[in-house]
Amino acid sequence: MRSDSKHATAKPVIKVRDLVAGYGEEVILKDLNFDVLEGEIFVILGGSGCGKSTLLKHLIGLCPPMAGSITINDLALTDEQNLQRVLRQCGILFQSGALFGSMTLAENVALPLQEYTDLPQTHIDTLVRMKLALVNLAGYEHHLPAEISGGMKKRAGLARAMALNPQILFFDEPSAGLDPISSAELDQLILHLNKTLGTTMIIVTHELDSIYTVADRIIMLDKRAKGIIAAGDPAHLRENSQNSYVRQFFNREPSPHKTGLE
Amino acid sequence: MPSSLSSVTPPARCRIQVNRDQPGSLFVALAGHLDELSAPQVINDFVALLNKEKVPQLFLDLAGVEYIDDFGVAVLVGFVTSVSARNGRLRMENIPEGVAEMLDRHRFNDLCQPEITTTKRKRTDSITNLGIFTLGAFSSLRHSLIFLGDTCLSLLRVCSHPRLLRGNDTLLFMKKVGVDALPIVALISFLLGLIMAFMSSVQLAQFGANIYVASLVSLSMTRELGPIMTAILVAGRSGSAFAAEIGTMKISEEVDALFTMGIDPHVFLVMPRLIATVLVMPLLTLFSDLFAILGGLLVGVSMLDLTFNGYIAQTISTLDLFDVFWGFGKAVIFALLISWTGCLRGFQVEGGAAGVGRATTSAVVSSIFLIILSDSLLVVMLRYWEG
Repeated sequence: MRSDSKHATAKPVIKVRDLVAGYGEEVILKDLNFDVLEGEIFVILGGSGCGKSTLLKHLIGLCPPMAGSITINDLALTDEQNLQRVLRQCGILFQSGALFGSMTLAENVALPLQEYTDLPQTHIDTLVRMKLALVNLAGYEHHLPAEISGGMKKRAGLARAMALNPQILFFDEPSAGLDPISSAELDQLILHLNKTLGTTMIIVTHELDSIYTVADRIIMLDKRAKGIIAAGDPAHLRENSQNSYVRQFFNREPSPHKTGLE
Repeated sequence: MPSSLSSVTPPARCRIQVNRDQPGSLFVALAGHLDELSAPQVINDFVALLNKEKVPQLFLDLAGVEYIDDFGVAVLVGFVTSVSARNGRLRMENIPEGVAEMLDRHRFNDLCQPEITTTKRKRTDSITNLGIFTLGAFSSLRHSLIFLGDTCLSLLRVCSHPRLLRGNDTLLFMKKVGVDALPIVALISFLLGLIMAFMSSVQLAQFGANIYVASLVSLSMTRELGPIMTAILVAGRSGSAFAAEIGTMKISEEVDALFTMGIDPHVFLVMPRLIATVLVMPLLTLFSDLFAILGGLLVGVSMLDLTFNGYIAQTISTLDLFDVFWGFGKAVIFALLISWTGCLRGFQVEGGAAGVGRATTSAVVSSIFLIILSDSLLVVMLRYWEG
């Protein structure tokens, strides 16, 4: 953990209770219980296909829970009216950045400001410049998403996600597809934003380097258990976990029966 | 932003006090929370103040500002630029430490410089636009010709090595283009035949020539309207689908993947679509002709006092085999145009979702234009051929 007592007195902003998550009749995750505290960087970790993205989709209201509850700032996501209020307090950075290809970066970032505020266009322009500068994209206002690199798309997506100063930011695999330098830069940006703005961040990833850099606390999901198999400080889990899969994951050990090296 | 000043969401209250004691100068004091919630009101009040008070010097006292976020910074930037635009000067005074920190963080002075707008892109003049359009048109024509050449070569390869053709894909496209389109082609042709018979009967009945309704419907449908209507429907259903499918594959780099695996994208993607369309279009046209004649028959028998046998006999005596095969020949040409255009537009897709949308629209519009153009040429050819 980056700071042991950083969030000792923080209150939970997200509460997940007895959550069963899945699609249709298929249960992907069950009996999930955890809290995310205000101002912390909370990482959801796990191997491919363990349900990380499924959990994220449930946390941002894209999929309704099969059972159990998710509350954000004490508002239950199952209520349609609550969902709109909650989403107004959240920003989401999708894996690809999800920028609108026909709009420039400035127009992408301006969109939520134009939709949700009554500010004059000149003030929106100023805010857009500030947001893009915050993610080190000053000067790229007129570029189309197709004209910039993957890392820049992620940062532009982050600027758009932060346009309305959300209280909570969700990241879906922020390091995916980035080179080590861009990935490290994005990690530093996440830390900087968390430190300066105090935004609560929930990150779905399986990049261990990122986890050690940014995470305050993690939960680890497992496909076979269909739930959480470890929770806490990543460094502590790597050294002390009793679960063999957790140790294998943190030590980057391949499964012998899959490699033929048994 | 939950800023460095406070992490608690502040109330949306910001007070403006104006002091006009000193002539030629205006003293404005801001107090309270300058944030997302208070920003619109503060901006409105300030603009109203500027419109009312025409003073060259304005002092902004920020001592009472307890909280500021980036929306508040944008408000202050707006103050500076508004006053500058009116040839005035604004000076900020008594800036609290937290506010100063926020202004520094966002490089306030840089933000006050005139910059970009997020609504208008760089404009170009009409001559430049004409040049861009002309170059684009030539580039598109060149690309179309290259694609035509590639398609012809692929067709020759498939003809000389039939095993190169993906049989299952071809059958699937025959079902999609032909079988799935049959109900709508049948319905529209039936209604077209019905309408033609009904409208022509109004005129022909005046001369007691009702029986020629059968001739009119059968001849016009087999030679002209059957192939054209079928082609327009297939262009709308399948030509657009070809463009969207290939376009999506292109932007997701699936076409590049085929190329790198040594698979010719034309043989893999274009040939099954083109051959399937060419095979099923004449059949769809035949059904179109039959259902249109059926529509005419219904009107003839039910409203024009014609007998079933009389109507059919008149239809048979009007048509000869050449008319039917002429319609099939047209259908084959239209099928080539539709599938070629759909695939071409798919391969021309650039960008993201918007590019796919443009390609889909363009595939339908281009196909219909080429169908009508080629039909006009064929009509003229037939006219000279028949003498």
